[in-house]
Amino acid sequence: MTPASGNPLVRLNRVRFAYGEREILHDVDLTVHRGQVVAIMGGSGSGKTTLLRLIGGQLRADAGTVEVDGQDMGHLSVSALYALRRRMGMLFQFGALFTDMNVFDNVAFPLREHTALPAELIRDLVLMKLHAVGLRGAAALMPSELSGGMARRVALARAVALDPMLMLYDEPFAGLDPISLGTIGHLIRRLNDALGAASIMVTHDVQASLDLVDYVYFVSEGGIVAHGTPAEIRASDDPFVHQFVHAEADGPVPFHYPAPPLASLLDEVPT
Amino acid sequence: MNALLRRIGAMTIDGLWRLGFMARFFFALLRYSGQSFRRLPLTIREIYFSGVLSLLIILVSGLFVGLVLGLQGYDILQRFGSSDALGIMVALSLLRELGPVVAGLLFASRAGSAVTAEIGLMKTTEQLQAMDMMAVNPIARVVAPRFWGGVISMPLLAAMFSAMGIFGGWLIGVVAIGVDDGAFWSQMRASVDFRYDIVNGTIKSFVFGVAVSLIAVFEGYDCQPTAEGVSRAITRTVVSSALVILALDFVLTSFMFRGL
Ligand SMILES: Nc1ncnc2c1ncn2[C@@H]1O[C@H](COP(=O)(O)OP(=O)(O)OP(=O)(O)O)[C@@H](O)[C@H]1O
Ligand SMILES: [Mg+2]
Repeated sequence: MTPASGNPLVRLNRVRFAYGEREILHDVDLTVHRGQVVAIMGGSGSGKTTLLRLIGGQLRADAGTVEVDGQDMGHLSVSALYALRRRMGMLFQFGALFTDMNVFDNVAFPLREHTALPAELIRDLVLMKLHAVGLRGAAALMPSELSGGMARRVALARAVALDPMLMLYDEPFAGLDPISLGTIGHLIRRLNDALGAASIMVTHDVQASLDLVDYVYFVSEGGIVAHGTPAEIRASDDPFVHQFVHAEADGPVPFHYPAPPLASLLDEVPT
Repeated sequence: MNALLRRIGAMTIDGLWRLGFMARFFFALLRYSGQSFRRLPLTIREIYFSGVLSLLIILVSGLFVGLVLGLQGYDILQRFGSSDALGIMVALSLLRELGPVVAGLLFASRAGSAVTAEIGLMKTTEQLQAMDMMAVNPIARVVAPRFWGGVISMPLLAAMFSAMGIFGGWLIGVVAIGVDDGAFWSQMRASVDFRYDIVNGTIKSFVFGVAVSLIAVFEGYDCQPTAEGVSRAITRTVVSSALVILALDFVLTSFMFRGL
């Protein structure tokens, strides 16, 4: 595991973000260093995907700063943003494969768009990436012929095709069987260490990620409620962390989207 | 009364906003069009999807329109004893009006709706966002080639529609009814003016091509990213293309053919 030192690759400073009137995130501080794999955990709808989008520059913070590699994402020109994104890879929550191309062309897409490599080299690179996610044999399939887990693995291969310096994974483990899950987890770790990159992954898989990552942030109700190394997390007696790590139904994490209490609904039912 | 006025006002402002969005979108589209021509295969692929795949419906419809024109034209012209002019009538109505307009309407419902659906679904499934995250501009890579594919296809389709229609008129007039073959063609050749009729007709079909393609890519790009949003966008493409074609046709005609 890499020590946290030097200039951080990603730094969020008191970030606030709202969709219209509805505040999704407030006062979020988060730091990721090169070499680190960082997990973001939190309940469904707590704003994890939104956080990744802020880091990727798809959304702009309403207050506070998002810095990636020393650059303020809020004040980048389009061309500077694109220059930065060439060194980022993002795995979307639902894969977002290009449905008019087969698996091979999907993974080759960033290589063809951004490099002038000869076709044979691209072919080798693509097959290598596909091999790493266990889908070299599926190169000729169309996205519609893949299962959900396979599509996500292809999307992962595409996200890392250009060997990025920063990788953003939105739930890389969702829909994977335990065997693929272990393999993909190792792949994420290995890629990160080999490239000296940084990875941020949103995940619900507490046990698998605690074995894998260097640091964990817990998001709830729009803020970071706890953070620490896996050892600190395991030992923590914070009620929130405890509920999450041990998957307890009762605790500070709300299961329900904010709503008036059920009793008030029942009152309205005519008798 | 007040509420009605307010609604009309709101709708007008809404419409102006959309028009403004569309104009900005159009400029962005033109700005990022370079790639469509530098990477020609992208555009050629769209010409295939928009143009080549519309060919059958265009040719068949052209034939039927020509057949009808032959019948109706003969019926009217022979009352004045000038059935030899059938060739002129068929050719001029197709080249000036029916070719561009009917081909444009067919093109909007066949190719325009397909383009809207495709771009709308790409948006719904986050493919456009994914592309953007890979530092590839979706307007340059997805929208512009589809736009230019449509713009290039449309005049060619209209020309083929007219050719097929003239053939249909000839089938009815000359082969079935027995109008003199030589008169049919020579009168047509003598009266159809290249600049006045053919160039003007081509300008029309080009303008319709720009309008329909712009509407189709804009509606797809701008749609609500849901199944319902995509279906509404497709409907809007077909309906507003038809209205715009007919309105533009009137405007263009009144400028082009007023020296009658
Ligand atoms: N485009 C949008 N417009 C308005 N609200 C949105 C939009 N996208 C997300 N939200 C809201 O923002 C909140 C956070 O969404 P987000 O997708 O970040 O959650 P998440 O933590 O990724 O959840 P999950 O684990 O289920 O993926 C949600 O409550 C959602 O209702
Ligand atoms: Mg999410």
